[in-house]
Amino acid sequence: MKLKAIFALAAAALALPVAGADPALAQGEQFYPALVYRTGAYAPNGIPFANGIADYLALVNERDGGVNGVKFVIEECEFGYATDKGVECYERLKGKGSTGAAVITPLSTGVTFALTEKAPIDKIPLLTMGYGRSESADGSVFTWNFPLLGTYWSAADILIQHVAKKGSLKGKKIVLVYHDSPYGKEPIPVLQDHAKTYGYTFEAIPVTSPGVEQKAVWLQIRQGRPDYVFLWGWGVMNSTSIKEAAAVNYPRDKMYGVWWSGAEPDVLPAGDGSKGYNALALHPAGTVYEVHKDVLKYLHERGKGARREDVGSVLYNRGLINAMLVVEAIRTAQGKFGNKPMTGEQTRWGFENLNLTAARIKDLGMDGLVSPIKVSCADHEGARKARIHQWDGKQWVYTTEWIEADTKYLRPKMEAAAKAYAEEKKITPRDCSKPQS
Amino acid sequence: MGPFIEVVLGGLLAGVLYSLVALGFVLIFKASGVFNFAQGAMVLFAALSLARLMSDELTVAHYLGAAAVLGLAVGYGVVAAWRRLGPASAPGPRVGWGVIAAFALIGVAVAASFGVRGWPGWVAIPAAAAIMGLLAVAIERLVLRPLVNQEPIILFMATIGIAFFIDGFGQTIWGSGIYNLPLGIPKDPMFLLESVFDGGILVNKLDIFAAAIAGVLVAVLAVFFQKTRIGRALRAVADDHQAAQSVGIPLNQIWIIVWTVAGFVALVAGIVWGSALGVQFSIALVALKALPVLILGGFTSVPGAIIGGLIIGMGEKLAEVYLGPTLGGGIENWFAYMLALVVLLFRPQGLFGERIIERI
Repeated sequence: MKLKAIFALAAAALALPVAGADPALAQGEQFYPALVYRTGAYAPNGIPFANGIADYLALVNERDGGVNGVKFVIEECEFGYATDKGVECYERLKGKGSTGAAVITPLSTGVTFALTEKAPIDKIPLLTMGYGRSESADGSVFTWNFPLLGTYWSAADILIQHVAKKGSLKGKKIVLVYHDSPYGKEPIPVLQDHAKTYGYTFEAIPVTSPGVEQKAVWLQIRQGRPDYVFLWGWGVMNSTSIKEAAAVNYPRDKMYGVWWSGAEPDVLPAGDGSKGYNALALHPAGTVYEVHKDVLKYLHERGKGARREDVGSVLYNRGLINAMLVVEAIRTAQGKFGNKPMTGEQTRWGFENLNLTAARIKDLGMDGLVSPIKVSCADHEGARKARIHQWDGKQWVYTTEWIEADTKYLRPKMEAAAKAYAEEKKITPRDCSKPQS
Repeated sequence: MGPFIEVVLGGLLAGVLYSLVALGFVLIFKASGVFNFAQGAMVLFAALSLARLMSDELTVAHYLGAAAVLGLAVGYGVVAAWRRLGPASAPGPRVGWGVIAAFALIGVAVAASFGVRGWPGWVAIPAAAAIMGLLAVAIERLVLRPLVNQEPIILFMATIGIAFFIDGFGQTIWGSGIYNLPLGIPKDPMFLLESVFDGGILVNKLDIFAAAIAGVLVAVLAVFFQKTRIGRALRAVADDHQAAQSVGIPLNQIWIIVWTVAGFVALVAGIVWGSALGVQFSIALVALKALPVLILGGFTSVPGAIIGGLIIGMGEKLAEVYLGPTLGGGIENWFAYMLALVVLLFRPQGLFGERIIERI
């Protein structure tokens, strides 16, 4: 009995400081649940993204005293890019903080697919900037999903537009090397559709996660000699693809990656073998923007930043933009609901009414880093533009201007897919022509 | 015909890489009857240690720590050689430890004079090997010794724990990015018989290099197991822990030796895999590729690991290229296991495994 009592006391003593230190318990603060992967096969890509988010929210706290006086409190949950663990993290964090989770940014299409059905029940919006379900851009059905700045269907369309400009695609061959997961399969319907329209032959070759075994894939590519190879990889799969392409002498300038296959960890491991490799870019890399000066001044020079070497990398900048969208959605929501921590439902309203003009982006110190975005009930994508950048051996260099996805083709396709989803899940779509509360 | 030869050759050379990892498993299983689930984690840890020591991006504590470990290993080697070559003048335990500590201090002093600077390969490789040796000692002291004479399944479970620990520990100490191994191993493609086949037959220089390394390693291991006293002791321990102890074989030392040797094999595999893929976490997962190789080749056979690796490598690449398009692609991972299972149906002990008949 005595022993039990000692154990109970010890457990209580251990638990007390932990409970006291729980960041999410503080009133008047906005809780941000960060699903991150800082370990495992995808860590090289997960770390800079997570650090970008952490730095931006810390910057808003340090520089501005929070958003309208409401400071952010972050709690990270490591899920190693595993869908089951990601859902577990979501369940663990969704109820924390004074308002519960106001938004979830999973950085995983698998987790996004899994949470798409949970989000409406828990009333937490899903911000999936540049990833997630493509048809979730239709906000009338996917009330809680926000694939801001571009879906995979938009990405596939932009890539085809770009290569078609280089010369007719009739009789050409395009191969998609994709991560064998919901993420990798997303562009296939668009590339198949376009094959009929543009007259190219299309082949999709899956690569099993994590994607370090690609010898057979690239031997097939060497034998098939496609005119272009599109890469829909993530993490180590990207660098392996570029290395294998170099190993079979496939020209890197004929390779085009999606925006998740166009960061520094994707090209650096292959060294000179990456020269000439192209990828879509939602935004540039670099530290020449005002926001970076602030990040360095308010955080890193004071020893409060995340990892210094990440600042300015492609995925770090994407994390910054991701966090900026969260902050601005909350700011927008505060305009209607008052300057206090926002609930998930209120933040969802903020996302749906988000309107970042060029002037506002300049005020945020992100002029040139992100393009204007306007979200609405019907359009949860907000913007669908990208540029192509090419790795010159040392840095990413833009080779095109902004290319916009063809909404005339994509919108009906998205609406049809969203309608099918609504019928399957028995969802009554909202009428976006009417004013939304 | 050209493409077919290319796939076969590519598969065989990929198989060599699998064999390199499988060898580590075989060594520990052969000598201790333990299926070491942590072999993949050891490959990653060894490669991370080497790659990071060769980079300039660590803190001074990393270099000093690694130098101390290298000094310890050199000191231990000197004392051991001294005892063997001149037993009469051999130092007692206290002097022996003093010599070892002195070498560790020398290592630290030399590293401190260099400061934060990446080490050249000829220093970093022995340092990584010494780190693997220290890891082996730690595993023996903290995990295996308390579990001596337990059921093999208990030891297997313990190695699962070791794998998780090493994965996390390695990433905590060395980082979890993708790191290059600047060892100058050639990676360019070569095109053979271009006059015979259109476009020639593609062979990667790195694969040839890996094949040569594997060849040398197998020869060294074969001599070690068959011709040396320690090798025979290892085999005796594998047969029966208690019986080996009763005839005076020091079980603890044997385990340290075998885990150290497996650590060296992990380092070699890490060098080759790391050169091919970059040193990063997935290397630990690639090691699972060794499982079908072991099922096929047998858990106790060094030649089995090599032949098994070659068959699995060739089989899965042929399947992916020629069956993959019909079956939707991405089949090479499960095909390797299916191939191994088919072999199990006919030869439960694997192609080269020992057939053990137990009377019950």
